[in-house]
Amino acid sequence: MHPYVLAFIGGGLIGVSAVLLMAFSGRIAGISGIVAGLLPPKPADDRTWRIAFILGLVLAPTVLAVTTGDNRIAPPTVGPALLVAAGLLVGVGTSLSNGCTSGHGICGISRLSPRSAAAVATFVATAMVTVFVVRHVL
Amino acid sequence: MRELIAGLSTGFIFGLGLCLSHMTDPAVVQGFLDIAGAWDPTLAFVLAGGIAVTFIGYRFVLRRKQPIWGTKFPPPVSGMIDTSLLSGAAIFGIGWGLAGYCPGPAIVSLASGRRAVILFVVAMLAGMIAVRWMRMSRAAGLRQATS
Repeated sequence: MHPYVLAFIGGGLIGVSAVLLMAFSGRIAGISGIVAGLLPPKPADDRTWRIAFILGLVLAPTVLAVTTGDNRIAPPTVGPALLVAAGLLVGVGTSLSNGCTSGHGICGISRLSPRSAAAVATFVATAMVTVFVVRHVL
Repeated sequence: MRELIAGLSTGFIFGLGLCLSHMTDPAVVQGFLDIAGAWDPTLAFVLAGGIAVTFIGYRFVLRRKQPIWGTKFPPPVSGMIDTSLLSGAAIFGIGWGLAGYCPGPAIVSLASGRRAVILFVVAMLAGMIAVRWMRMSRAAGLRQATS
């Protein structure tokens, strides 16, 4: 299958997940929020579904590996020092803005949230500038 | 039990979507962000598929009075765009561009067992804890100041 068709179908599956989670539990499928709710200093009370969701995420490539022989996970493109710096920025940024690509990008945009639209425009812009500077300026 | 089933199944479908659409390849993500290079539109198709299904699905779901297994839906969307939202999104974007990982694909990629991915996720968790801790101590300070 053409990679773009597969990408659209994969995106559709993410949408199915978001719709089911809203239909059954009334919750937003935002990964940064789901994870942050498990963290100190004050973890959320509803930890069961959060832990189960994260287990489900990790289980997906594992099942793919067993059934198709390919977990479809590619290696990182940068070294450990940059990964740590990037991880810190992603953690701080998504917590400050209460959402990431899934919560703001998919769920928020689908709810026509002005906050999410502003967040997506901002993080896509700074990400593009970052890649431009790293690849074409430095 | 319901919580467990809802979380596990939706997490699994979400993870499957990320794997099938190549979002677990940071080179593909950075290829989308590299508009001055050999631009890779894959991520745009993922977002389009995700938003199409969610936009339509939410319209049906949110017509209900309450979730099937839950008690209430999230509050209506807010139009308040503040510094915290914009500065946070800006910071997130820089990290996303540097490594090509946002939180979902990073966590899914933990399944590869690569130490480099674990490093990224641990750093991400540390960043989240730092903000939560800062917010809590600020809230505590405000309570003290007003009491």
